[in-house]
Amino acid sequence: MTALNRKLVRDLWALKGQALAIALVITSGGATFVMSLSTLDSLKATQAVYYGDFRFAEAFASMKRAPESLRLRLEEIPGTDVVQTRVIAPATIEVEGYSDPIRGQLVSIPDHGQPLLNQLYPRRGRLVDSARDDEVIVHESFAKAHGFVPGDRITTVVNGRRKRLRIVGIALSPEYVFPIAPGDFIPDFASYGIMWMARTPLEAAFDMKEAFNDAAFTLTADAQLEEVLDRVDDVIRRYGGLGAYGRTDQVSHRYLSEEFRQLEQMATIYPVIFLGVAAFLLNVVITRLIRTEREQVATLKAFGYSSAAIGFHYVKLVLAIVGIGVVGGVAAGVRFGQGLSGMYMEFYRFPFLHYVLEPYVVISAAMVSVGAGLTGTLYSVRQAAGQPPAQAMRPEPPAKYRVSIVERFGARRWLSQPARMVVRNIERRPLKSLLTATGIAMSCAILMVGFFFSDTVAAMVRIQFGLMQRDDLAVIFVEPTSRRILHELESLPGVEHGEVFRAVPVRLRSENRDYRTSIQGVEPEGDLYRVLDVDLRPIAMPPSGILLTDFLAKFLQVGPGDNLTVEVLEGGRPVREVTVAGLVTQYVGVSAYMDIDALNRLMREGRAISGVYLAADSLHETAIYSSLKEAPRVAGVSVRKKMLKNFNETMAEQLLTFTFFLTFFAGTIAFGVVYNSARVALSEKGRELASLRVLGFTRGEISFILLGELAVLTLIAIPMGYAIGGLFCGYVVKSLETDLFRFPFVIAPSTYAFAATVVLVASVISAMLVRRELNHLDLVAVLKTKE
Amino acid sequence: MAAVQNGTHPGVVFEARGLTKIYDMGEVQVHALRGVDLELYSGELVVFLGPSGSGKSTLLNILGGLDTATSGKVSYHGKDLTRANDRELTEYRRYHVGFVFQFYNLIPSLTALENVAAVTEIARDPMKPEDALAVVGLKDRMNHFPAQLSGGEQQRVAIARAVAKNPAVLLCDEPTGALDSKTGIVVLEALERANRELGTTTAVITHNADIAAMADRVIQLSDGYIVQIERNAHKKPAKELHW
Repeated sequence: MTALNRKLVRDLWALKGQALAIALVITSGGATFVMSLSTLDSLKATQAVYYGDFRFAEAFASMKRAPESLRLRLEEIPGTDVVQTRVIAPATIEVEGYSDPIRGQLVSIPDHGQPLLNQLYPRRGRLVDSARDDEVIVHESFAKAHGFVPGDRITTVVNGRRKRLRIVGIALSPEYVFPIAPGDFIPDFASYGIMWMARTPLEAAFDMKEAFNDAAFTLTADAQLEEVLDRVDDVIRRYGGLGAYGRTDQVSHRYLSEEFRQLEQMATIYPVIFLGVAAFLLNVVITRLIRTEREQVATLKAFGYSSAAIGFHYVKLVLAIVGIGVVGGVAAGVRFGQGLSGMYMEFYRFPFLHYVLEPYVVISAAMVSVGAGLTGTLYSVRQAAGQPPAQAMRPEPPAKYRVSIVERFGARRWLSQPARMVVRNIERRPLKSLLTATGIAMSCAILMVGFFFSDTVAAMVRIQFGLMQRDDLAVIFVEPTSRRILHELESLPGVEHGEVFRAVPVRLRSENRDYRTSIQGVEPEGDLYRVLDVDLRPIAMPPSGILLTDFLAKFLQVGPGDNLTVEVLEGGRPVREVTVAGLVTQYVGVSAYMDIDALNRLMREGRAISGVYLAADSLHETAIYSSLKEAPRVAGVSVRKKMLKNFNETMAEQLLTFTFFLTFFAGTIAFGVVYNSARVALSEKGRELASLRVLGFTRGEISFILLGELAVLTLIAIPMGYAIGGLFCGYVVKSLETDLFRFPFVIAPSTYAFAATVVLVASVISAMLVRRELNHLDLVAVLKTKE
Repeated sequence: MAAVQNGTHPGVVFEARGLTKIYDMGEVQVHALRGVDLELYSGELVVFLGPSGSGKSTLLNILGGLDTATSGKVSYHGKDLTRANDRELTEYRRYHVGFVFQFYNLIPSLTALENVAAVTEIARDPMKPEDALAVVGLKDRMNHFPAQLSGGEQQRVAIARAVAKNPAVLLCDEPTGALDSKTGIVVLEALERANRELGTTTAVITHNADIAAMADRVIQLSDGYIVQIERNAHKKPAKELHW
């Protein structure tokens, strides 16, 4: 080993504290990056393999009822490949010992063997025996929520008829990766059950003999989806067709895609912010570190080492530190990535996980870190090596100090001599002070980014369920029903008040843009379902025209006063024109709203309703539900409180785990930065401080000079960090916008307090570590050496 | 660089003409050299004498390629140093010059032996580091780190480091400036021995007039000018010096 390399190893060892802190910063940035991107890649790979192996259909069509012979006509449509017809029956489910409402679907599978498309992934038990009419396979998430095992029995109500069924198997399906009930926006595994039954018994139970009400199909390679869907619509129209749709509108797939898109945004923004901040800090810290080596650089130059050789020496030093950080980052990233992927796998009910670590993820993490380290190094080595060695060895000319601005404004009198030194130090090198403060501010900012997410989710819930949807129970009917039923429901014991609503599935179109959603017709003076303006104040429902969610209006590029085409996707599928009357703010989902009477008029139907919102005494909720579930026209009842609880649990599990990791890494970065700033300041000022000690200053006094500067910079950095953090959070909120969720830009005071606390704690710990060094300053050495 | 140009005295190692150096120290300008002419000859030991601020360090730094002159010309074996670029100066320092600094400038993370090796590793035809340390009498301390050595020992390591590459010239800036007289004399003996045994042209800067007695020639500087050049008829061995 050459002498220079030996110097490298020893320098590295001497710098171990600082090197470790720098490596931790890189580890944190790199781990966030690797964790997020590998999780995303793994989920996508898993999804692709799952869809392929279990033949997930590419298009779907549902209708009221079509004879089985129609299958041949569907198969004849140019572009369709495999067609799988089936019967899907909505059901209410009763589980012993579980009082809350459970909705579900019974989906037919062929009497023998697996379906052609949307095949089941059996987890336990067996497929159904078509000779028996009471056998079902249940979806694993539903089974797990209730602890079902093969052999257990459950009761279903289909078409008002109650039937005892026996569970023979537990399975997963690519069609129900995300088993979500119609109208819900988050899956509730316990109150929504997917079950599969053999075709013949289900036909019998649902009055569908020799008929089907749903078809799934794949397309030939050259088929155009839109054309095929149009042709399918033509074929099924006279059978009560409810519109053919592609995978992108399939509920589970669509939610999964949206979730992935959101995850993708998170997996891109967070690591980019983190790695970017880590890179910036690395650059600042390395620059200052190398600058303290100025004299050694000059000495090596004096002996005839070329600037390039000296540069390479320091590059190796930095690469060693960065290398440790990158290796640690990748290792931690893979480990957390596997954990996070496993959690998502569980959440999305993938039967298996295909964890992938793409080389590009590791390479980009390494390249960004190495690049940031190298620019910092090369810049300062160039500065040190660029000047003639004699000049570099000469002590720097006495820095130009001035009476600081603070003092000139009259504070001089109150500042002690050491306090004046602190203020003048900061003012003398404003750029250096600014960079240090920016570094600390950045760590404060990423702490906020990691932590604010729960604030925004809480605000979203508060707005959605505190201000908009204020019902306790929502009753949904199988078909549009007469408004008279409201009085029946209001007369149930415990029901305080009820409001009707009408929901119509539609495709809204403006020029060439269209969006599939539903129009919610609500009572104009209603209190249980309100729409909000941009300041979150309830808006009075206009007697005519339609209100659009601001996100939808932007997507369709329409505003108040513009006309919109409404293609109704049920009944006679009429096409109408309607005027946009205004915009509403909504963070969950994308809907359009009308006065229920105006919607009835638009549909040219009587005073039909799709369901009723109820305000009820919580003590009576169970009783109310029990009396509703057997009512023939009731398709389902949802309990708001349960939905909320479920939502909070899901959010906590998914997002907050992710943000916990982020917060952890952000805290590490904060400590790394503050500690390094303090250490570098110590090496820059060591001699000066030791001289003061010789002059009779106490340890406390010199600590005050060094740490006072750090304290002032930290205090300046925190508000700076708030500003930068605010920008980051705003950016995150903006980038996570999807049609399923938008996040209100809310940062709670607790988040500000948390970020500041972590930074302050990191500062105090760093100060304590540096203070220990200060106690061991070599006073004699100072007298002996130059300057 | 070895080519000797016509018209130059064959024994001349350095030739300086009209050297000036102005430092820009922020708000003040310091005239360190105000027009210096001189020659240094092969194998001689020259002492530059002068009070602090006389410009002697500046002159040495320019001769050694550590600094550049503001105007004037200095040549080494006929090669113009004032026109050399960074690469050429690096090569010049690497193969031709050995430095000894007042504050030793050892690399703190390397042992005595390794400090010497750091230089021999990049030199052409160097001595073995152990042998160089033997010249300064420190062979038994070669595995000590600078912090474990006394000031005099550190300076002898620095001398070993400077001579180990077999340089053509040895430039020493106040080599005894930070040492007591007894230790200083040991260091000067090491320099003397290197000059005598290796034939290295040696220039020593000092403000200590007593050291001048060991030189072949004494050049006095004051306020940026050479005020006197004197040849010692009888030079004293270093061990007979005292101050």
